[in-house]
Amino acid sequence: MATTTSRRRPTVSRPLLRRRARLLPVLPAVLLLLVFLAGPVLWAFHASFTNAALTGRNARSPGWVGLENYQRLFTDPVLPLSLALTVVFVAGSAIVGQNLLGLAIAILMRRARRPVAAVVGTAVVAAWVLPEIVAAFAAYAYFSRDGTLNQVLGSVGLGQPDWLYSFPMVAIMLANIWRGTAFSMLVYRAAIDDVPGEVTEAALMDGASGWQRLAYVTLPMIRGSIATNLMLITLQTLAVFTLIWVMTAGGPANASTTLPVLAYQEAFKFGDIGYGTAVASVLILIGLVFGAAYVRLLREPKQ
Amino acid sequence: MTTAARGTAGTGRRTGGGPGGAVSRAQQRARVPADAALILIGACFVLPLLWLVLASLDASAGHEARLPGEVSLTNFAAIMTPGLLFQPLWNSMVLSAGTAAVNLAAAVLAAYPLSRYQSRFNRPFMYTILFGTCLPITAIMVPVYGLFVQLDLLDSMPATIFFMATTTLPMAIWMTKNFMDAVPVSLEEAAWVDGASGLMALRTIVLPLMRQGLGVVFIFVFIQAWGNFFVPFVLLLSEARQPAAVSIFSFFGQHGAVAYGQLAAFSILYSVPVLALYVFVARGAGSSFALSGAVKG
Repeated sequence: MATTTSRRRPTVSRPLLRRRARLLPVLPAVLLLLVFLAGPVLWAFHASFTNAALTGRNARSPGWVGLENYQRLFTDPVLPLSLALTVVFVAGSAIVGQNLLGLAIAILMRRARRPVAAVVGTAVVAAWVLPEIVAAFAAYAYFSRDGTLNQVLGSVGLGQPDWLYSFPMVAIMLANIWRGTAFSMLVYRAAIDDVPGEVTEAALMDGASGWQRLAYVTLPMIRGSIATNLMLITLQTLAVFTLIWVMTAGGPANASTTLPVLAYQEAFKFGDIGYGTAVASVLILIGLVFGAAYVRLLREPKQ
Repeated sequence: MTTAARGTAGTGRRTGGGPGGAVSRAQQRARVPADAALILIGACFVLPLLWLVLASLDASAGHEARLPGEVSLTNFAAIMTPGLLFQPLWNSMVLSAGTAAVNLAAAVLAAYPLSRYQSRFNRPFMYTILFGTCLPITAIMVPVYGLFVQLDLLDSMPATIFFMATTTLPMAIWMTKNFMDAVPVSLEEAAWVDGASGLMALRTIVLPLMRQGLGVVFIFVFIQAWGNFFVPFVLLLSEARQPAAVSIFSFFGQHGAVAYGQLAAFSILYSVPVLALYVFVARGAGSSFALSGAVKG
């Protein structure tokens, strides 16, 4: 996965036209991306300066309102809250939760007995393979007042808070770790399997302990996969909507309103597409900043 | 999914590990804590799913996970109607298969030149793709809705399929290219020498060798499309076109307070196809992975 540059056919000098023609297969992908991805993004930045509405006259022919949406956005007390919640959600459930748990499971699987690893792998993957709406319903039932979590806590004599009401962020973060860890686990399992046996063996011969082999051999060798994984899970978590919408709908009182939920509420619940698009534009910008950061991260080790 | 590969890698390591008995006994001892930790983690992952299974068999289910007083299939019987179950599932199938097909075709075509030919265009393109991968799709749903209104594409199945294929395309291209890079170029060079064109070599040599990779990309896209709730929720308005993800949500909204058992039963029936697909591809993947390992070794 990490060795993107190592195997390439050395360039043979051919007529320029033929070399250009070899790139033709890329065209369908480029067209799709331009029409359905770049298009909406550009349209978003445009529409956020209008008063486009969900229904009525402004839905068909929105008027230009300049910076009005952004003025409203930056004085909206919900925005800083929503930004903070989004950061907490991504950092806690993806970068720390899914990433470290996925790595830990992948490492444990190499040491554990094969049947154990297989069964546990299936359990972890099951939560990820399930359709998101089903996972969201299951998580909702699990964290609800008389749900399974409180049954377990009650059976060992611990308190039984109403998770979705009192600790909505904790509930949705745990739910997202439950749902998404499989991805990191699969990435790390594949990456660790790709580490050549001779390298680990050589370290073993030199007397390196398990932790040392992990820190100085395995982790550096799967660096590319780690960066890729972080990028993908951050993106996925930044975009989580359904899980939160079903579990808490952003509540109570905006206590779990991450940016996607906020954008949806403004656009479709309050019918203000223009303002919702302004919120979405902020989220898109954050995604682009993340993108730039990760692209840099991936480029550096290759020099 | 990589059990076969793990098997070969593992035995390779173990036989290389020196004279037998003592090492393997030490390894056996090292396994116990790892086993225990994994089982604990696995239990935490299974627990939330317990409710789904138990509630689906319980005619009077609530939020809590409990053994049904009487195991019954009334929940399943109640939802087995064309309007409630079969039409939405068919819509999901059309949507997901279409999305995965469009996506995979575009991704494989795009990945081949990027993986095999050196060009100034490659690096900027891959980094732009990577950049595209970073777009939070939920963030663009509001603008996409606006765009679809302007273009009169709302409630159109093909438009939704192409949009869904595009949202996963950057990631699919990135993954496909990585998998393709891992296929040794030596076999293909032989074909080139024999006069095969690039696309022919792709079809006859590269694609079969990266079957596992393609499987991963395909399941990845299909499962995402099958499970996708937000995109069809926003873009498909008429009930006749809505996939199961959306219809289950409306069902829950209307009957949720009373019909937890039916909700769980619907969830299970709706989840079975992707679970089956995953198992199918995961099983089949082992052999080709081992094959590429054999070529490497």
